[in-house]
Amino acid sequence: MIGNLAIVLFDGLAFGMLLFVLSVGLSVTLGLMNFVNLAHGAFAMLGGYATVVATRELGLPFLWSLPVAFIVAALVSVAFERTLFRRLYRAGELNQVLFTIGLVFVAAASAAYVFGTAQQPIELPEFLRGVTEFAGFRFGSYRIFLIVVALVITGLLVLGLEYTRFGAQVRAAVDNQRAAQGLGIDVDSVFAMTFALGSGLAGLGGALAIEMVGLDPSFGFHYLVYMMIVVSVGGLGSIAGSFVAASLLGVADVAGKYFVPELGAFMIYLVMVVILFMRPQGLIGKR
Amino acid sequence: MFARIAAVLALGVGLMWSAQANAQDTIKIGLIMAYSGPFADTANQMQAGIDLYMQQHGDEVAGKKIEIIKKDTGGPKADEAKRLAQELIVRDGVDILAGFTLTPEALGAAAVADQAKKFMVVMNAATSIITEKSPYIVRTSMTIPQLNTAFGKWAYEKGGVKQAYTLVADYAPGVDASTAFAKGFTDAGGTIVGADKSPMGPPDFSAFVQRIKDASPEAVFVFIPGGAQPPALGKALAERGLTPPNTQIFAQGELTFPEAIKSMGDTAKGIITTFNYTMERDDPINNAFVKAYRDANKGRSPDIYSVGGYDGMHLIYEALKKTGGSTDAAALVKASEGMSWESPRGKMVIDPETRDVIQTVYIRKVEEVDGQLQNVVIDEIPDVKDPLHGAK
Repeated sequence: MIGNLAIVLFDGLAFGMLLFVLSVGLSVTLGLMNFVNLAHGAFAMLGGYATVVATRELGLPFLWSLPVAFIVAALVSVAFERTLFRRLYRAGELNQVLFTIGLVFVAAASAAYVFGTAQQPIELPEFLRGVTEFAGFRFGSYRIFLIVVALVITGLLVLGLEYTRFGAQVRAAVDNQRAAQGLGIDVDSVFAMTFALGSGLAGLGGALAIEMVGLDPSFGFHYLVYMMIVVSVGGLGSIAGSFVAASLLGVADVAGKYFVPELGAFMIYLVMVVILFMRPQGLIGKR
Repeated sequence: MFARIAAVLALGVGLMWSAQANAQDTIKIGLIMAYSGPFADTANQMQAGIDLYMQQHGDEVAGKKIEIIKKDTGGPKADEAKRLAQELIVRDGVDILAGFTLTPEALGAAAVADQAKKFMVVMNAATSIITEKSPYIVRTSMTIPQLNTAFGKWAYEKGGVKQAYTLVADYAPGVDASTAFAKGFTDAGGTIVGADKSPMGPPDFSAFVQRIKDASPEAVFVFIPGGAQPPALGKALAERGLTPPNTQIFAQGELTFPEAIKSMGDTAKGIITTFNYTMERDDPINNAFVKAYRDANKGRSPDIYSVGGYDGMHLIYEALKKTGGSTDAAALVKASEGMSWESPRGKMVIDPETRDVIQTVYIRKVEEVDGQLQNVVIDEIPDVKDPLHGAK
């Protein structure tokens, strides 16, 4: 029984880490820049397809295709940010929502046109397949890999935003744009970089998600709800919050399905409702 | 004043005449399918089957030109399908309704087809009840109980297991599948030791496979829709060590679609599935079909959806030949009843009583052939009917 609990916790944590990598970028753009970017899932999908092309057409190993996914999603998102999104920074939330959800539809149609509607399988290197036995338990190797990647990303983000010059500029630009500009910070390019970072993380998440949940043109819609849940439960703009929320939701989801399968997928929503009821600003939200 | 009325009348007469002329030499087929949304791939495969048939047999039947009008439902939406069916009949003046990727679409359109007395060909949607909703409906795909009741019986009698655990996707076809398999399996003498339904959200099956492992059954029966779920479930089962030969895995064929096998790799070996069509089955008609299909679709292989569309067009063409091009629904249904032909799937017959397909149910096992994992037919159950029709 204890053994089962350990396995359930582990699997839940791994699923949570996937949610975390997918949504942390959204937390950054939504929380730091106040921009409601529903197209976040579309950038995740883009990263996924970048990995598929890199491994299948260019023959890159899976691990090397992950940075490719990050870079492609980041570059494309900057192009969009410079030409389209920036016009909407001062627009109302409804305009932002309508514009970005429209973009998801365009992305889904484009993906279907270019890659077809079929699922895109990828082949993993040998060491990420199968299971690793530890203390008599069988842990999925890929799930261990996911958890490690998520921890590294969290560490880098926290360090980067809290302790580097760029991080300080981002925080300054968010807190008081005019004062930051007055101090000589190029707010425009800081926002562009932040946006690229957030979308790049989405792309990385999309690439990591293929093995767990697959990839097809509707990816941008499927995971949007989960991304929003993680961000709102964690609190806007809080990386630690997203991390805690994603872990909690992942574990709640898997444990819920294991112990009360009749509740099925409902558990994740129940947890969300309860948490937001008690803490409307999210677990570690500032506002 | 008179000049205006005369002009209007002339225009009206002209329009009527042209509409009539049109009706005489073309037959319009309205396809209602989920071309976009999560089931877009299924619809695309069906469409590719339809296109291939028309490419091979031309677009002229009984001296009339066949015209296709496509309508997209975007998913399992009954209301949308109903609206589209009305639009097709009233505005576009179609003679035949066809396609139907999903059960809700078919059910939504059935009432319209019934009232308008239009011939309706269901090329995929697989719930038994559909053909009972109108006397003008004929189906060319299969029904879930047809496959899985026979499969359940087979699993006990020839699959060598006495007890099984069922895990199905939590939607109507999944529930149908688990009921059908359980019926076939327990009627033969087996026991179902546990049954779970997994939600349709993100395919993380770890909790459910752990529950199965706790019950340590001899076999697991699963039913999940194609797409992202099969490889995820296959891998989750393997992670828990639930693999043949220690634990038999039975499933409807979606679990071992070519993309899913590719993604699962060696862990797919030994999984036993059932379907009414198997791409790898060695048969001259099938081999020619697979080759033509791949040539027309950039190497993509056909699946049951493609065959449903292909045979659906065959049925329409042959029925029209028999009626001499008349699109009267009753005449077309009469022409279809009892029709039998050699399809890429093997011999199929339209049951004159239920207007559903009587066909061979294939049992396949994933094996390595020339270094490639594929579905190898290990047994055939001939002439299987849907067990639910008339079994109230």
